[in-house]
Amino acid sequence: MTDSRLHMLPRRNAVLRMSEVHAASLADGERLEGENDQTMIVNMGPVHPSTHGVLRIMLELDGETVLRSKPIVGYLHTGMEKTAETLTYVQGCTNVTRMDYASPFFNELVFSMAAETLLGVEVPERATWIRMLMSELNRISSHLLSMATNGMDIGAVSMMIYGWREREEVLRFFQKVTGLRMNHNYIRVGGVAADLPDGWEDDVVALMEMLPPRLEEYDTLMTGQPIWQDRLQGVGVMSPDEAIALSASGPLLRSTGIDWDLRRDQPYLAYDQVDFDVLVGTCGDAFDRYAIRLNEIRESIRIVYQILDKMPAGDYRVQDPKVTPPPRARIDESMEALIHHFKIFTEGFTVPPGEVYTAVESARGELGCYMVSDGGPKPVRMHIRGPSFVNLQAMPHLMADGFVADAVAVIASVDPVLGEVDR
Amino acid sequence: MTDDAGAENVEEAEALEYGAVVSWSAGEQKVLHVERERWFETAAEMAADDWSMCVDLTAVDYLGYSQPRPAAPAGLTLERFEVVASLLSMPRRERVRLRAQVPESDPTIASLYEIYPGTDFLEREVFDLMGITFEGHPDLSRILLPEDWEGHPLRKDFAVGTIPVQFKQPDAS
Repeated sequence: MTDSRLHMLPRRNAVLRMSEVHAASLADGERLEGENDQTMIVNMGPVHPSTHGVLRIMLELDGETVLRSKPIVGYLHTGMEKTAETLTYVQGCTNVTRMDYASPFFNELVFSMAAETLLGVEVPERATWIRMLMSELNRISSHLLSMATNGMDIGAVSMMIYGWREREEVLRFFQKVTGLRMNHNYIRVGGVAADLPDGWEDDVVALMEMLPPRLEEYDTLMTGQPIWQDRLQGVGVMSPDEAIALSASGPLLRSTGIDWDLRRDQPYLAYDQVDFDVLVGTCGDAFDRYAIRLNEIRESIRIVYQILDKMPAGDYRVQDPKVTPPPRARIDESMEALIHHFKIFTEGFTVPPGEVYTAVESARGELGCYMVSDGGPKPVRMHIRGPSFVNLQAMPHLMADGFVADAVAVIASVDPVLGEVDR
Repeated sequence: MTDDAGAENVEEAEALEYGAVVSWSAGEQKVLHVERERWFETAAEMAADDWSMCVDLTAVDYLGYSQPRPAAPAGLTLERFEVVASLLSMPRRERVRLRAQVPESDPTIASLYEIYPGTDFLEREVFDLMGITFEGHPDLSRILLPEDWEGHPLRKDFAVGTIPVQFKQPDAS
């Protein structure tokens, strides 16, 4: 067919299209006519240490070479989109924050932005900048985690310890602000849950001063190191056409040289008021994806310094009695305030009927939320477009004709979070 | 940018783009209502016109929806299911949403796999959770649920389900 764009995917035959039942039957020695009996189907995962959670990949191997592969997901599926239909908009953030557990603020942000677009509320400036601060710090912590796991997968085991150590420092700041290291439920519809604590600037500055020398250490440990380069350069190469065809986003898309970052190209929050560079690769290989993540940490540090300078004063949540509970002090003196507070947290607030799609650039790519409301306190449909889920489709293409050891490097370079894949 | 064009289109709801009726949703987002029979052709036309990426594809079950269908133009025949695809044009930095009505009696629609191969997993997810069949998909199988699962959980007539809690009685003694 002339309309077909499948020519953009020259390696599409590398996708193993085989049911698990059929694969299991092969183990008993039954081969269909014409099937290659020199190949072997091997499961990698779901409890393999390098599969970043519970990803399982069915690999068709010829010796050490991967011919075809099929990612099998769903081990963490708990029906979070269905659950979202039973939760109010107040409770919804606690649900979505558990999806991409390595970058929870983005989940809360995209959910809140969808509900706010339907509500038509304008978030106060300070809340916007607080959201941006937390997003960028979360991008740093998520990329640090990616550095750590990527290092461990490739054999730079000390990197695992360093990455987790630095990430823990960022999480300590999250704990100070939100009370929790992960799954914060901090960004809520209408603003954020609480203002930044006293002395937050000092904490952030200390964090930002701590990081650059550590990143230099990573450069010494990995970037310039011949073994590291050998393991990643030329591995899992992706062309720009393939990235576009496969709807890839985030570092996976940018590594192919496509200059696309939602923060700059479709600005949300106040990203149009800060100065930063979008990093792109040239080869589209695993090394580019590693380098992009490492340097995105540096760009995020740049953004955080600008946020420190420009953080406006004001309210941290919208003063709209419809979505915002009254301040704690009012509850002690006013019965109406108590009732109002009770109503918001039991019934929730209603959101006008409509449908909306919002997207943010999470640490992994485009995180989208499609929300349909019928005017009630709970969404009729809440769909999350997870960058990990969509990027996972690229894996068979990246793994084709490589070694099993390179498959590990490919998984690490795509950096999926299985909580978001399975939802 | 779209802002100027958008203001005009709100006035005349009958505007057509790629043979589909245009409407505007919350936050000035553009929605094209595509006929189910023209789903594949419309996507092919749009892909050729720089709508290079299909970022998202999902479906909504409007069973029991109490309000007028959101951002639906007058005269549109409404069905129980809607398949929703979000397209992105990088050169124009624009997004558009395609929506197609899919009836309960025949929950099928053409697969966009050949136009946007990135819809592979997304269509499998919709098939798995919503029970809509995509004709022309190379491997339409369940993706999140086990292969032998029965039913489609995101449908409105699929109960949320509970696991009964086992309460323990204090010892009578």
